[in-house]
Amino acid sequence: MEKRVVFRSSWLPWALLAPQVTVIAVFFFWPAGQAILQSVQQSDPFGTSVEWVGLENFRNLWNDPTYLASFYTTALFSVLVAGLGISISLVLAVFADRIVKGALVYKTLLIWPYAVAPAVAGVLWLFMLAPSVGVVSYWLRVLGVDWDPLLNGRHAMTMVVAAAVWKQISYNFLFFLAGLQSVPKSLIEAAAIDGARPWRRFWTIVFPLLSPTTFFLLVINIVYAFFDTFGIIDAATEGGPGKDTSILVYKVYYDGIKAMDLGSSAAQSVVLMVIVIALTVVQFRYVEKKVNY
Amino acid sequence: MVERHPLLDALSHLILILGVLMVAFPLYLTFVASTHTTSEIVQAPMTLLPGDQLLENYSTAWNGTRKGTGSKAPVAQMMVVSLVTALVIAFGKIAISLLSAFAIVYFRFPFRMFFFWAIFVTLMLPVEVRILPTYKVVSDLGMLNSYAGLTIPLIASATATFLFRQFFLTVPDELVEAARVDGAGPMRFFKDVLVPLSSTSIAALFVIQFIYGWNQYLWPLLVTTEENMYPVVIGIKRMISGGDAQTEWNIVMATALLAMIPPALVVMLMQRWFVKGLVDTEK
Repeated sequence: MEKRVVFRSSWLPWALLAPQVTVIAVFFFWPAGQAILQSVQQSDPFGTSVEWVGLENFRNLWNDPTYLASFYTTALFSVLVAGLGISISLVLAVFADRIVKGALVYKTLLIWPYAVAPAVAGVLWLFMLAPSVGVVSYWLRVLGVDWDPLLNGRHAMTMVVAAAVWKQISYNFLFFLAGLQSVPKSLIEAAAIDGARPWRRFWTIVFPLLSPTTFFLLVINIVYAFFDTFGIIDAATEGGPGKDTSILVYKVYYDGIKAMDLGSSAAQSVVLMVIVIALTVVQFRYVEKKVNY
Repeated sequence: MVERHPLLDALSHLILILGVLMVAFPLYLTFVASTHTTSEIVQAPMTLLPGDQLLENYSTAWNGTRKGTGSKAPVAQMMVVSLVTALVIAFGKIAISLLSAFAIVYFRFPFRMFFFWAIFVTLMLPVEVRILPTYKVVSDLGMLNSYAGLTIPLIASATATFLFRQFFLTVPDELVEAARVDGAGPMRFFKDVLVPLSSTSIAALFVIQFIYGWNQYLWPLLVTTEENMYPVVIGIKRMISGGDAQTEWNIVMATALLAMIPPALVVMLMQRWFVKGLVDTEK
């Protein structure tokens, strides 16, 4: 799409673009280029010697069991976050859509966590689930669970998943509610006249019509779990115990900033770039089609 | 509804109430914890009723007068840092995106689409994938521990530029012609026609970007090393150090609650634009 009528000026458009283009050149493209360059180099932490090593950094990553473990952790984490987050929000949205009285009250109360920073969400859940002070830990112990997320990796994973899902429910809920409201009422009525009960109507009409929204949310939630949960992990577990909750983004940060392993960190950045590009392509290729169903 | 189902209605309310409880419980617990003394909190199980230390805890947190381990920066100052950062990021993103979209839609010049795609591609380069080199650029430019370092690298926005471009394309050409006839130049047209027409999009983006700016964590963690430049979200994390029993949870929770208030207020008061913003920015 193009405008038929435009303004004429030889310098104005450049001046208008200058701020944005400067920022993206200096803080996006230059560093991204540096990351790619460093990923094929090996240098010591003080930058005194730089050596061209080709794909060795990537080979090292591939042979590094902690990196593969981090991949597995990330996969498990994002599947749990996306799966639980989407299911819980779908249930809530379906019931909220049925209700006439008080719908706005529920909606207002449910969208709150969106405003909470991931790191703050991590702190809140740590407070509830910390072994000594946590209220929920106490209840779990009463129930006979030997709860300790500071020592037990599974417990730590449960804690960060709970915090991440909690924070994302509001977002998913709003999109499902919007999706549900666009399902034509006539279809539901026709099915009801044909004798379909609510349960049947949901699975044969509403759920299929919602599938574009669900797919869209799946992509968004995976992106969220991969990249936006850094604050939750750092505040609640710092990737621990051991490396049990160290997702890929946390590992890049840790290896680059704390361990100062430039080559490995750069190679990990490049792997992450590839993942973001793949996810963005999926999002735009398939999600754009959702509009007309 | 299609048919009446009193039982199903009751079930709906029940499930929604459970959902609200699940969402609200951590927030309620935060509030309760922020009204007790440290020793009351560490006695497991902590009471679930508010205590009487509300004013003491909040004034301790606000003025940074606590004694325990970890960072002791006053929350008042951290809130100022967060507020300035969030506002600069939100307005900065909106301003530079409006200008870029205006240039791309209303002018013809070489490499026009190249610039559009260059801006668009930054969607695929979040801070998380270029942590170290971006940190190095900011440190070379001497922007560590400054508002410039906290905000400028985050100010580019592919989504906002894309959104404004889509919107400008729907603005009727007759408006440009009318403006021309009246002798208005491009900047006059931008200021008096386009920006006012975009006001709902601007409000929607503002809500989303303000929350985005306020909740930043990884970036300030890298560029701030001095307590007087900590945003409040970083400050909370820095207060927790050592074992979880030594942490002054009452002050941490008071700080957490204070840190949640501004973005929550923005969401609550601008709920309509918030929902529009979410839907628009994700298309």
